[in-house]
Amino acid sequence: MAATGNLSTGFREETLIRAMEGADFLGCDAGSTDSGPYYLGSGNARGPREGTKRNLRLMLREALKAGIPMIIGSAGHAGGRPHLAWTLEIVRELARENGWHFPLTSIDSEVDKEVLLNAFRRGEISPLCPAPDFAEQTIASAERFVAMMGIEPIQAALKAGAQVIVAGRCSDVAIYAALPVLEGIPRWVAFHAGKILECGAASAEQRPYPDCMIAELEQSGFTVDPPNPAFRCTPQSVAAHALYETADPYHLVESGGMLDTTQAQYKTVSDRAVRVTGSRFVPAAKYTVRIEGAALAGYRSVVIAGIRDPLVLRQLDRFLASLRTVVERKIASNLGLGPDAYTLQFRIYGQDGAMGALEPTPRVEGHEVGLVIDVVAATQELAADILPLVWHTGLHHPIAEHQGLISNFAFPFSPPGLNAGPVYRFCVNHVWELRDPCAPFPMKMEAV
Amino acid sequence: MPELWELTKLIRSKNAGPFELTFDIMFKNREAFDNALNSGKISAPTLARLYKVEQKQMRYFVIPELLTVKISIPRQAFSGDVRDTDVYGGQFHGPLVRLPVGKFTRK
Repeated sequence: MAATGNLSTGFREETLIRAMEGADFLGCDAGSTDSGPYYLGSGNARGPREGTKRNLRLMLREALKAGIPMIIGSAGHAGGRPHLAWTLEIVRELARENGWHFPLTSIDSEVDKEVLLNAFRRGEISPLCPAPDFAEQTIASAERFVAMMGIEPIQAALKAGAQVIVAGRCSDVAIYAALPVLEGIPRWVAFHAGKILECGAASAEQRPYPDCMIAELEQSGFTVDPPNPAFRCTPQSVAAHALYETADPYHLVESGGMLDTTQAQYKTVSDRAVRVTGSRFVPAAKYTVRIEGAALAGYRSVVIAGIRDPLVLRQLDRFLASLRTVVERKIASNLGLGPDAYTLQFRIYGQDGAMGALEPTPRVEGHEVGLVIDVVAATQELAADILPLVWHTGLHHPIAEHQGLISNFAFPFSPPGLNAGPVYRFCVNHVWELRDPCAPFPMKMEAV
Repeated sequence: MPELWELTKLIRSKNAGPFELTFDIMFKNREAFDNALNSGKISAPTLARLYKVEQKQMRYFVIPELLTVKISIPRQAFSGDVRDTDVYGGQFHGPLVRLPVGKFTRK
């Protein structure tokens, strides 16, 4: 049973209780790379802490009552050591507050730089496509790396008697496939069911709010059956879920092999349940895990400014190009920095702010524009020093049609500038070939 | 000439991991699906041109059982990178929504 698609988003308590009837285990994914590299880079968990605690409390209560395993994957969003610690602290706090006692198993997925460096030197790291360049320097300059575990480390924990498992970075599918495969369910059944379950109730036809989902697995297929009576799965809704956030709807690459759903059949078995058969699991020649890493790219300061003057708007690109030239000169003379030492971007909402270079109509068609002046530099102080040179120069930057001092920007805030903190970037899209699928994922058991 | 959104129940873009974008165009019914594909406006070359990628960099799927066309392309800026404009990749489908899709202009 999947409690929900993401631990922070929640589920209905009554659905959870209903879904527990007959459940063999309870899982939940807590992470993603979807919200960008910040969480992995900074080590901060993506909360909210209170919401996460509420969801964990209900899940723990039900799992302990039923005596079944509970598996959390990608703890704290990015699955690094600080994210795992953040989640474990909430679990321990809940145990203390509720007088619960159970064996708690954590699985670490952060990869130390020396370990990765040695793997790289042994030729075990290879790029996916597209991938940033990867070299020894990439490892040295990154903030943090995690490896994405497959089913094996979770299975090792289950074999060792774990009841509550909090795993670092983990394949979403592995959360749900680990135990069934251990119990003798074919991989294609377990992996395909895991793919459907990992988003909770998202495979239902309409999902007005996040909620739980159940799959019943056997040798010849599985049945998806939403425990919330208001939700309904259809063959189309379950099949369509394979499209969401996947580059290829038919081939899902996982550690240890690939799930091929080309021949999958989806059939209605009740007014709400759908049976799935016919997928294949193709074992990989080499066992690999995906590596994720984030590096510090600098510190950001921004200004938001409205532009309403039609004469400025009709020459906006020229205006900003000429502003850039003046500003680069000022930054060079005032701060001694060439344009390579910082990134200055004019993000023009009303022109191409959302799509950037992919915008097919990069021109202003409305009566106003939202301009975000975005500076990224090596330190926060430097970004904060550069920013006023840009906005103050731009504020009074002349155009030929107005003779005399003008003010081009409508700032909604005083002071106009905001310091946005560190900026990270994903610095790897690579896989690591492993002889032992559990080697980078040490587990620790504690009695709470 | 109908616009694409008039033939579909969902047009969306989304990250497929931090390095790729994926687009799902899900049609209302078989007729709408067939019309759009027959119009020649929804095809690998036209979508590659719209999104400024070489066709060999784009994955193009026609999924008749789901009345869906899906494409996946590499991101020009990785999610959340300094020059990225859309961390979740959720607004890149914009130009598709009002794309004119002619009826039966080419069989």
